[in-house]
This record gives sequence, C-alpha cells and structure tokens, in this order.
Amino acid sequence: MSDVTSNKEIDLSTYKVDAAPHDYVEELSRVDVKDARQFLDVGVDPQENGRGGSFIQKDRSVIHCKSCQPGIEIMGISQAQLQHAWLKDYIWKNISPETDAFTHRVIESPHEGYFIRSLPGVKASQPVQACLYIASEKFSQHVHNIVIAEENSELHIITGCATAPHLVSGLHVGVSEFYVKKGAKLIFTMIHDWGEQVNVRPRTVTRVEEGGVIISNYVSLRPVGSLQMFPTTYLEGRGAVARFNSILVAGKGSHLDVGSRVVLSAPDTRAEIISRGITSGGTIIARGDLVGKVAGIKAHLECKGLILNNGLMHAIPELSGYAPGVEMSHEAAVGKIDKREIEYLMARGLDEEAAISTIVRGFLNVDIDGLPPALKQRLDQTVTETQKDMM
Amino acid sequence: MLLIEELRVEIEGKPILKNVNMHIPDGETHILFGPNGSGKTSLMMTLMGFSGYQVTHGKITFKGEDITHLPIFERARRGIGISFQRPPTINGLKTRAMVEICAGQRSLDIDMLSAQLNFLDFLDRDVNQNFSGGEIKRSELLQLMAQQPDLVLLDEPESGVDLESIVMLGDTINTLLGRAIKRPNQTSHKNTDNERSKSALVITHTGHILDYINADKGQVLYNGVLCCSRNAREILKWIREYGYEECVKCQM
Repeated sequence: MSDVTSNKEIDLSTYKVDAAPHDYVEELSRVDVKDARQFLDVGVDPQENGRGGSFIQKDRSVIHCKSCQPGIEIMGISQAQLQHAWLKDYIWKNISPETDAFTHRVIESPHEGYFIRSLPGVKASQPVQACLYIASEKFSQHVHNIVIAEENSELHIITGCATAPHLVSGLHVGVSEFYVKKGAKLIFTMIHDWGEQVNVRPRTVTRVEEGGVIISNYVSLRPVGSLQMFPTTYLEGRGAVARFNSILVAGKGSHLDVGSRVVLSAPDTRAEIISRGITSGGTIIARGDLVGKVAGIKAHLECKGLILNNGLMHAIPELSGYAPGVEMSHEAAVGKIDKREIEYLMARGLDEEAAISTIVRGFLNVDIDGLPPALKQRLDQTVTETQKDMM
Repeated sequence: MLLIEELRVEIEGKPILKNVNMHIPDGETHILFGPNGSGKTSLMMTLMGFSGYQVTHGKITFKGEDITHLPIFERARRGIGISFQRPPTINGLKTRAMVEICAGQRSLDIDMLSAQLNFLDFLDRDVNQNFSGGEIKRSELLQLMAQQPDLVLLDEPESGVDLESIVMLGDTINTLLGRAIKRPNQTSHKNTDNERSKSALVITHTGHILDYINADKGQVLYNGVLCCSRNAREILKWIREYGYEECVKCQM
C-alpha cells in the first residue's frame, strides 16, 4: 500500500472550530436564495422534487431535516444518539478516531453530521438528499455521518457538499461510517463543489454483509484547494458487491488525491472501481486498491486519465491477491486525447474545438447508476461549462 | 465533382502516392482496385484531409474549389463523407449522439434510419465500442446517411460483412447515392433523377460489392500510381484471371 497521508500540508491551527449558529428552516423551499443556487449545483433540490427526504447542515447547524418516506429515518447524529441507544455500537466502530489528525478533530470538536437509516425490508422509492455546507470564512467543519441500510432494504442518498459563493477558505472533515446489512442495497452519490482554497478530508469506511450492494458515485468537477480521500469498503458477506465510480476534474491549483479501496474477504464477492480524471493544470492522484482475500472473488479496476494543457495525472492501481482462485484485473491509461478520435469527429463536420469538447464530455460521461434525470442533466451541463473553462 | 491532379503524397517522408490523376464527374460511382499497400486508403485519407498525409505536389479540386489544404471539417461541410475501416471508439459518446452530430442542422428520424439498417439496438451504445466488423459498417453507413454527403468515400464496404447483411448494405449505399430502385419515401422518378448527382469512390478487394451497387468506372491503383481506368467489372475479371501485375501491364 502506498502512502495515502502525503498531501498538501494543512495548518489546522489557522481554522476556526466554531461558527455562529444558523436558524432552522421549516420549509426547505424558503432557504436563502444564494444558498439554494449552490445546493442545486451539487444535486440538492430546495424544492425537494423527486426527493424522499432532506438533511441540510450549514456550518455546524442542522438547518433542515425531514423524511417523507415511512421506514426511512433522517436526523442529525446527536439527535440519533439520543433516540437510539444502540447507535454506540456503530459510532467509531468502522473508523478509529486515532486514524489521523483529521479524525481526531472530529471526535474533539464534533459538528453534527447526518444519520440516515432504512428500516428492514424498506425500499426507498426516492433518493434522500443531504447537504453539508460551509458559509463561515475559515471554518473547519467536522461532521460524523452514519448510514445504515438494514436487512433487505434499499436506500439511495445524494450528498452535495458546497460552500457559500463568497467563501474563500475552509476545511471540511467528514467521518462517514456506512453499514449495508444482509441483502440491502445502498446507492450513495456524492457531488462536491468546494472553493478554490477549501481543503477537504472525507474519511469513509463501509461494511457490507452477505448479498449486500454498495454503489458509490463521486463527482468533483469544480475547483477545490486540496482533497484527499481513500474510502475503504469491506465486503464481508458472501456475494456482497461494491461498485465505485469517480469523475474528477482538476484545474490549476486543485490537488485531488482520490481513490477507493475494496477488501473482498468473503466468497463470491465482486468489486469494480472506475475512475475518470481530467487535469488541466492541476494534480490528480487516482488510486485504486483491490484486496482479494479468498478464492472465488472477482474484482476489476479501471482508471483513465486525460491531461489537457499541463498538470499531473498519477494513476496508482493496486491489486493484492491473498489466495489462489482470485480473479483480479486492472486497466490504467493516462494520456492526451487521441488525434484519431478528434479527426473522426471532424470528418463528421465538427471543428477541432467542438470535436475535443465532445470527446471530453464523453470521457466524463460514466454511466452513473440511479442518478435522477434532472441531476444527470445538471451534471452534463456542469461538465460542458467545466470543459469550456479548461479550454 | 472531384478532380485530382498530379497528386503526390508522403507519410513520414515516405512517398505513398506518386502521381495520381483522377476525375469523378457528378453522379458517378468509381471503384478503386489495388493490392494491399498500393495506397488506396491513403488516397481516401488524403482526400478527407487527415493528418499524417502530406501532400507534396498536386491539387485536389472539389465542386470547383481547391480543397488541397482545407481542414477536415471544412471538407466534410462542403460535402465529402467517408466511411472508416477501423474507426476509433469514443468512450461515453452514444451512437445516437454521433448520428446527430453527422446530421448537423438537418432534421432526421434517427430511429427510422436505424431500423432500416437493423441498428436500433446500438444507438445507446458508445460509438464503435466492441462493434463487430459488420456492425461498424452499419454504424458508418448510418452516420453517412445522416451526413448526406455529395461525394462518398467507402473503404471496403463489404469486408467483414455476412452475406445476408451485404444485400442490406448494398441497398443503403444505393440510397445514399440516390440510386436506389425502391425509394423509401415514394419520391417520383423525376425527383430521383434530380437527386442523382451524388458521387462515390469505393475501395474493394474482392469486388463482391459490385453485385449490389452500380459502378460507372473502375480504376487500379498500383504502387502509388493509377494505372488503369475502364469498366469496373472488366477490371475485376482481369485481376481475377491474371493478377494485378498483369492487369497493370496492359496499360504500360
């Protein structure tokens, strides 16, 4: 395993651990207009169209929280701890607070976070949206999130993380512990739109039981100071499945160190990690680590990177097999746009610029499971805008 | 439609086309024969303007305009369309979107066109991703149908295509060239004649495609030089009987 702690130095003392509280908003549609626009960009709909519930946190305050689907619980983590005494068996069980300086901050000065749970057998028909938002300058937001998909339930969460338009600097640390029980399915889509000098350190660990499925989509197209995350998933029950897609764009000044690790420790488990990165003056370190512990597992890793203009695209795919009979593969490619592709499109009447932008859009167009059409459209639009900025 | 004069082309400094002269009048379909490596595909790539094909001498005139140094898309917009032998896959670009690109401003019933080519199932797949040889042909023809070029360059349209599909491809090519006998949209004969101004240059190795499309003329490209120009079927017969070398000799 390569070193995942190496990243831009962050001086934790420069951040404030407190922020002024924000009022609770009864009707999400009445949230501040400026905030609402930011929410939309990360897939969080203030009108709650096609959403089965919402959790919105601004700085350290939960400003809105509700579930519209029976059998789906959505609340702040402190509320959940009051309501469910058993939650102590889940909190800090996947991740140790001593993992690093960032997890340590989350246990020292916690700022809420969400608790989302689907009860046994409940299949949520609409995605739940969660938004973690930083509005105070120099604020260091420390959230702790717990997601539990109980046995045979289905849960889809769209998490958008963003900052207020005026915000320059901030730090976001998120500890997330996900539990996918027997036969359950969790689709988790996370869209980030941080600021140019915002540093982001998510720490996520997922456990998946027999026959459980986790599908995780991660999208970061907008500028970010530095982002470093390496979510780890343990497939512990027979037939458990993990699929990770990430779409990354790093413009000048952005430093993205993003990867996923899946440990397959039960027979018939499957994992797939797909990552697409474009750097245009920034740095992307795209990691992928698959660990096969027993025979009969299948895992594949695909990492593709494009370098437009300058920048660094560093693909680090890793496979470790601990038993005969594991089936693991990876495919990594880093380069520029193939001239043949450009000329192919030009032969159909597109000028060179249009041809390149068509290829870039296609490159980032990974089929993301379970994305609502409106959000997909919005992402397509963001991709178009982003690639215009890059050219 | 197309006039090529004293064309010389190099790839990475190596002469490929040595002196090519060719004239394809409006509405005519010409067949280009030649052994492997004789420069047939290079000629097409040069006509389309692809990078790597350096024109060192001569001139290409299309519809009266010198296009020798125009960029690819300008040639496409002026009405030249090409079907590729091995087109690249473009990840994330659906075939449907590709056909829309080809159609440009023209309105088009993509589903109907695709149904004719038995290609509906492929519209939502990434363009050329894991397509078989025959599927690539259908995809390329579908794109050309959308593009409606006035000069069509077809590189071995029959290679890799099964016998059943070749009939369908032949029909499509004839429609593309305005030479179909069965018109799908009930156009009158007069209109059909008016539309018959489309020209084509078709590369073939086997000549099988001649059973399905009407060729006005055949040409043989040998060692970078056009050596023979006459009835396509006659040429094919000669080549089958005596081989390229002998066929070329008759002209020398």
